[in-house]
Amino acid sequence: MYTCREMGISTVAVYSEADRKAVHVLRADQSVFLGDSDPAESYLNIDKIIAAAKQTGAEAIHPGYGFLAENPLFAERCESERLVFIGPPSKVIRELGDKTVARRTVMGSGVAVIPGMNKPESDTRVLAGEAEKIGYPVLIKAAAGGGGKGMRVVTSPGDFNEACASATSEAKRAFSDGSIYLEKYLSRPRHIEFQIVADRQGNVVHLFERECSIQRRHQKIIEETPSPIMTPELRERMGKAAVAVAKASGYVNAGTVEFLVDQDKKFYFLEVNTRLQVEHPITEMTTGLDIVRIQLEVACGNPLPVRQEDVRGRGHAIECRIYAEDPEKGFYPSPGRIIYMEEPSGPGIRNDCGIYSGFQVPVEYDPILSKLIVYAEDRSQAIKRMIQALESYIILGVKTPVHFLIDVLKSEAFIKGDTSTDFIDTHFCGWKPDRCYADAACAAYIIDELNPAVKPKAATGQAGTEMSPWQTLGLWGR
Amino acid sequence: MDVIETKINTTSDEYRRNYESMVARVAEVKEELRKARDDRPQKAKDRIASQGKMPIREKLERLLDRNTPFLEIAPLAGRGMYDGMIHGGGLVCGVGVVCGKEVIITGNDATIKGGATYPMTMKKTLRVQTMSMQNRLPIITLIDSAGGYLPMQSEVFPDIDDGGRIFYNQSIMSKMGIPQITAVMGLCTAGGAYVPAMSDEVIHVKGIGAIFLGGPPLVKAATGEEVTAEQLGGADLHCRESGVSDYYAEDDAHAIEIIRNILYCLPLREKARLPMHEPKPPLYDPKEIYGIVSKEFKVPYDVRELIARIVDGSEFLEFKELFGPTVICGWAYIHGYPVGIIGNNGVLFPDSSMKAAQFIQLCDKRRIPLIFLQNINGFIIGREYERGGIAKHGHKMVMAQACATVPKFTVIVGASFGAGNYAMCGRAYNPRFLWMYPNAEIAVMGGEQASGVLVTLRKDQLTKEGLPPMNEEEEETIRNPIIEASKKESNALYSTSQLWDDGILDPVDTRDALGLAISASLNAPIPDDVFGYGIFRM
Repeated sequence: MYTCREMGISTVAVYSEADRKAVHVLRADQSVFLGDSDPAESYLNIDKIIAAAKQTGAEAIHPGYGFLAENPLFAERCESERLVFIGPPSKVIRELGDKTVARRTVMGSGVAVIPGMNKPESDTRVLAGEAEKIGYPVLIKAAAGGGGKGMRVVTSPGDFNEACASATSEAKRAFSDGSIYLEKYLSRPRHIEFQIVADRQGNVVHLFERECSIQRRHQKIIEETPSPIMTPELRERMGKAAVAVAKASGYVNAGTVEFLVDQDKKFYFLEVNTRLQVEHPITEMTTGLDIVRIQLEVACGNPLPVRQEDVRGRGHAIECRIYAEDPEKGFYPSPGRIIYMEEPSGPGIRNDCGIYSGFQVPVEYDPILSKLIVYAEDRSQAIKRMIQALESYIILGVKTPVHFLIDVLKSEAFIKGDTSTDFIDTHFCGWKPDRCYADAACAAYIIDELNPAVKPKAATGQAGTEMSPWQTLGLWGR
Repeated sequence: MDVIETKINTTSDEYRRNYESMVARVAEVKEELRKARDDRPQKAKDRIASQGKMPIREKLERLLDRNTPFLEIAPLAGRGMYDGMIHGGGLVCGVGVVCGKEVIITGNDATIKGGATYPMTMKKTLRVQTMSMQNRLPIITLIDSAGGYLPMQSEVFPDIDDGGRIFYNQSIMSKMGIPQITAVMGLCTAGGAYVPAMSDEVIHVKGIGAIFLGGPPLVKAATGEEVTAEQLGGADLHCRESGVSDYYAEDDAHAIEIIRNILYCLPLREKARLPMHEPKPPLYDPKEIYGIVSKEFKVPYDVRELIARIVDGSEFLEFKELFGPTVICGWAYIHGYPVGIIGNNGVLFPDSSMKAAQFIQLCDKRRIPLIFLQNINGFIIGREYERGGIAKHGHKMVMAQACATVPKFTVIVGASFGAGNYAMCGRAYNPRFLWMYPNAEIAVMGGEQASGVLVTLRKDQLTKEGLPPMNEEEEETIRNPIIEASKKESNALYSTSQLWDDGILDPVDTRDALGLAISASLNAPIPDDVFGYGIFRM
């Protein structure tokens, strides 16, 4: 929305019942109510979203990161309704969305893929045979999946059948498609992805890598660029591979080619995310480019504003995702009301924040609160800056992984850059916060209670939390 | 709380007829609004563009906070008068949010006769000043006015509610501590010069804005001195030399930026607080109001069905449900604000009048805003009721309602006839906001009754003078003009053109308009030390 405003483009937000008071709704030029909190009635309801666009006279739709962002039917519908879908053509989304088709496309472009199957399979016996061929440990994945749903690691043939059954049913629930396939499970790999941007004229440029190895529940929580293991030579090879994948699939707009990199720095293609990624700001920080602006330019039919040789990376950027979740209880979501919050600020700190004091974190959706991004001259400075920013970040009312993230950033393994996708399981299994934090908070509270005279009047809580219709009715009457 | 159970059959013929009729009336009003907003000669638009001025609607867009409502006041004032050209009385006024603060904004539309002041311009200005005072809302004036429309000077200058009143009000408002911010974005001649001069803070646009008691033509006629408007009263003169203006603006956009900065720095007292509940929409679709409100006043409808489509969760606690059933009283929430609602289900009888008077006192004592939904033909008449003292019971309701100090809001949702208009908080009783539905009518009585009364009087006179009685035809010659005049002068469009109300509401907007108005009204404290009434005749 900031980019649109810079470019003089008016924005329309859509929202569901649960998001009535969400930041995106309050910040847009106008907003349209879709319906009930259930995504099927709102954010996944193609008809309603198209109707909202028509009603407000919108010319283009930016699908964001979630919900319909990688749904080929939605992109197709936009195309048929003569609305510009800010993303790749529906055909590309469909092909790259099916992971086995994606694998075949990529193999055709000469990029290495992880040893595994090229098409989904439902017969357990065939699957077991494939598993033997690939060699244990193997990874079961959902053909239609993402975000770790329907994923299982199997280390011995004895556990194979049961794992297949549970992965199939989970995939069916999550994507209403239970088909699965197998891949070689790499031990302690790194997750490294390349940001690519492509225009309709056939130019493809990569904007370097992001390392997103620090994951919990198969979801990234800390991302950084450049990767600590990257060398100019490896970057050159991986970047070329990413561009080759994009060209082979006829890619247009912004996307991400994900790779796994093993201990010997051999890299394997994982998948293409056909949308803007949550972690795109770190690339913006180091390259100085506004990826959303590039998306809009490309969607307008303009050529890419940069050539590969113009793209320069400088310094180091890290992003931490702040969710409403409990790091002591397996990062389980912890929705609730934000009683009070204070954002970190300072040079090189950017907080893309979706909450405010008094905000009710909806139980209905992925409980991401904000993305904290820092930029500094080098990796060690960036780590220090992120620690400082996290330490000054106050969020009261819901559990957050802020202290957990501080401990990860302070750990020897992270500082050395010794990261892999099982980093948290290896180093932070059963993590508990240092009692000091809680004790200090209790002490501060007691001191505050004992000295009522110095308490600032109505600093927190009730005052000003009530919303009048002047805040909730949008452009009523205008 | 109890939920109102609807008894409406949305498939009935009556519902459908009402619905279609209301759709047509709403469309008619919307078309009038569109005309008032957009119909301007290209020449006038070109002229202000060539002067480097921003159109008034664009000024508003820039001034108001993003994605916030605008509650426009009397957009159809002056409709049909002065050759039908003075749309909205030449002013755009409304309540909106600037830097998070609720304010009244009023601005001349320079594409209408150079922003000249017509009688309706005057009346609308005084109306928004009254609203500013009653609700303690800061007032932002975007002035670009050629001054009083001279051919009608006798109607804008001498009387109590004419030109002088504006500056009297400005003085009193300043004394009350109501911020008045004025941007000079065009000419402010003679009387107009006092609008900025009397304001708390003045922003002056270079090259466009000018303030002077006598303009260049008058100066030339009086003294022979030849000066330009800019030399005589431009931004440089008034910001650097005379001190009449406080802020120097490069252009209209800059002036608006300065106003927003002033609002940003403006300390406002805390709004009055009501015990709020989490707002929730009504259970029934507000659009059904279209099918509920009767096409003809003769056909009664249950005002509870209307309430069910206005209040939070359609929840309503009805007071004295079994007593005085022609008036409905009860408590509810609108957009989270507690309200007491009084609606009509027939004419007012002694019992219903007393019930309403009691309910008004309860709300007043408890500091709960009152909402009146008027659909009233008047008080009951006849020997039995006169003997029962309907006049003194009606008086109790009028007295309680007039003296109540809580904010009052009136929506005329049908008929507004005779003393019923008074008892149900008509314009004269200072409701903070008053709106009409597109089907509403307002008059001392319905056209049929009025003509009937005149025919009877004439018949009595003839009898007294010993003349032969009138035939059908002669009766018609008395009856028809009255009915015609009533049709013309009591409908909502006529009312709103006369500024007897603050605008015509699309019924689906009732709840939101009330919510916005209640919020705005809370900028004025609700006093609890002046609670009291005159003498209730017992």
